[in-house]
Amino acid sequence: MTVIATEGLSRRFPRVTALDRLSLDIAPGVTGLVGANGAGKSTLIKILLGLSPASEGKAAVLGLDVASEVGVIRERVGYMPEHDCLPLDVSATEFVVHMARMSGLPPSAARERTADTLRHVGLYEERYRPIGGYSTGMKQRVKLAQALVHDPQLVLLDEPTNGLDPVGRDEMLGLIRRVHTDFGISVLVTSHLLGELERTCDHVVVIDGGKLLRSSSTDDFTQATASLAVEVTDSDAYPDGTAALREALEGAGIAVATAEREADGSPASTRVLFVEVTGDPTYDAVRDAVAGLGLGLVRMEQRRHRIAEVFRTDSATADPPPGANSQSPTSRPAAGEPAPRPAAPGPSAHPHPAQQDAARQHQEGGSGDVA
Amino acid sequence: MSPKTRAGDAAGARQTPRGAAPVADVIHNIGYRHYDGPRLGRAYARRSLFSQSLRGAYGLGRSAKSKVLPMLLAGVMCLPAGIIVAVAVATKTDELPVEYTRYAIILQAVIGLFVAAQAPQSVSRDLRFKTVPLYFSRPIETADYVVAKFAAMASAIFLLTGTPVLILYVGALLGKLDFVDQTKGFAQGMVSVALLSLLFAGIGLVIAALTPRRGFGVAAVIAVLTISYGAVSVMQGIANEQGETGAIEWIGLFSPITLIDGIGSAFLGATSAAPGQFGPDAAVGLAYLLVYAVLIAGAYGLLLRRYRKVGL
Repeated sequence: MTVIATEGLSRRFPRVTALDRLSLDIAPGVTGLVGANGAGKSTLIKILLGLSPASEGKAAVLGLDVASEVGVIRERVGYMPEHDCLPLDVSATEFVVHMARMSGLPPSAARERTADTLRHVGLYEERYRPIGGYSTGMKQRVKLAQALVHDPQLVLLDEPTNGLDPVGRDEMLGLIRRVHTDFGISVLVTSHLLGELERTCDHVVVIDGGKLLRSSSTDDFTQATASLAVEVTDSDAYPDGTAALREALEGAGIAVATAEREADGSPASTRVLFVEVTGDPTYDAVRDAVAGLGLGLVRMEQRRHRIAEVFRTDSATADPPPGANSQSPTSRPAAGEPAPRPAAPGPSAHPHPAQQDAARQHQEGGSGDVA
Repeated sequence: MSPKTRAGDAAGARQTPRGAAPVADVIHNIGYRHYDGPRLGRAYARRSLFSQSLRGAYGLGRSAKSKVLPMLLAGVMCLPAGIIVAVAVATKTDELPVEYTRYAIILQAVIGLFVAAQAPQSVSRDLRFKTVPLYFSRPIETADYVVAKFAAMASAIFLLTGTPVLILYVGALLGKLDFVDQTKGFAQGMVSVALLSLLFAGIGLVIAALTPRRGFGVAAVIAVLTISYGAVSVMQGIANEQGETGAIEWIGLFSPITLIDGIGSAFLGATSAAPGQFGPDAAVGLAYLLVYAVLIAGAYGLLLRRYRKVGL
């Protein structure tokens, strides 16, 4: 079953092409939609809600065609916009009850569901006060509540963590995760912060310039390879401890890399080695090598690959840090090269996400992750 | 996630608290409950928006502060009617001193203030707080939104203008005035204020929907209503002075309140408020009706156009 399916979906404006033959197949669960500003995320959501017509192609939400069954779709889908959308002079309760009724809930059910939903998103006594006095975090919760109040089967969350501080961000991400795990509601969440989606989503879809860049399970990105960051001191015997350790490890047949860029693109220290972990023996080998050379071990930590690395942009690929060329093929065999930006557009790209979806559902069959 | 599983989840969740009930004074997390009840759809959503907007026009469901002005204006609107009735009953006259159709025309300034204050309240707030996209992510369309807002505003004005007419009628009956006469006058008065309500709602909403700034909306509505009435009155006055009495009825077409007054005097037995009582006769009255219809249709069309583009 798919919650969102698009086929060759395009939306063209006189001067801009917002969506370019986008074909997607999104399964139940939490799906992240990543893209830079103007990548077409909002346009896609507009089309899915029937607020904007597609220039060509088809889209279906919960198996219902967007062009013809928009009323039914809107009853079953919740939407949380990116921008402020709350009237500041009414209370959260008053507003959410009204929104519940706008979704077709009878008055008594609207009140009951409002109380439930506000409690679930973490608003208690303050819900009777005017929204104007709320903090940004509380407002975001009200926005989420109005999207959930009619018990939709799918919610579309547009940048729900915008403007939140780190704690608020964590809470919001936890809440989004719960929307799926506890409430059984599928989620499509957009963001331009990959780190957030990595923690929240089962599946990530990347679009750029209205085209599908990649669509696959979060696990595929982050568990493709594990690596170990190792930093050592120098000693009199080995003035360059890092190089000595590298030599020793490569001698033992272990793939080692240096100087990888951080997720945000800033160059990392050349003193950190990234050791590819193939199993528990690797840890022992590193420990023995460091001890054998008589170096001090500054740190040794597990390091997951981040989605950001997988989707590094052109500029980063074209202009890699000095050491990156040597490490790239060895340390990231599965994630491999970043998905090439000019991904073959049009039909040839379509089978790709669908296959990955199928593979993913296979994997998750036993994990109990699917509601 | 088939509907069946969802229903099952919900049933499971509802049973949990019952099982844990024996322990007193403990707040149980009863978990998420799914909603299996009816979803009443588009027409119900439109009605909900209508009732919310109508209540909002009198500040109900909003802060105490926002109730002050509409309630005050409603009071000011009804007070003279009460006094008139009291006097009529006390002096045992056989006729009310004011015609039913004339009452709203006399108190047009109060109605104007109400429209100026509440039309922007109804539509500018949604624009300013950007709530409009949320409405359109619900099962309503642009036309539903416009119809609900238009009907709510017209109903609010009708409540404001119809209540004093009702007070007059009740008072007249209590004063044992002629039943048939009074009922006819009352019916004419109600039709007249209904026409007025629709027209003022249309004009007020079109102007208010242009700007998300409430202040601008208020000022613009007041300006349009008073300037048009002022200009028409002056022109009519001049025409009357110069003996061009034939022009008076045509000039009356150009302001909302004189338009209503003209329709009243042409078809509803009202005495025209125009200088020298040169109101339109039935023939010219048709032109009044035509202009009225064009204005209402135009207001509806403009509102539809205004909200067509307000997406996300």
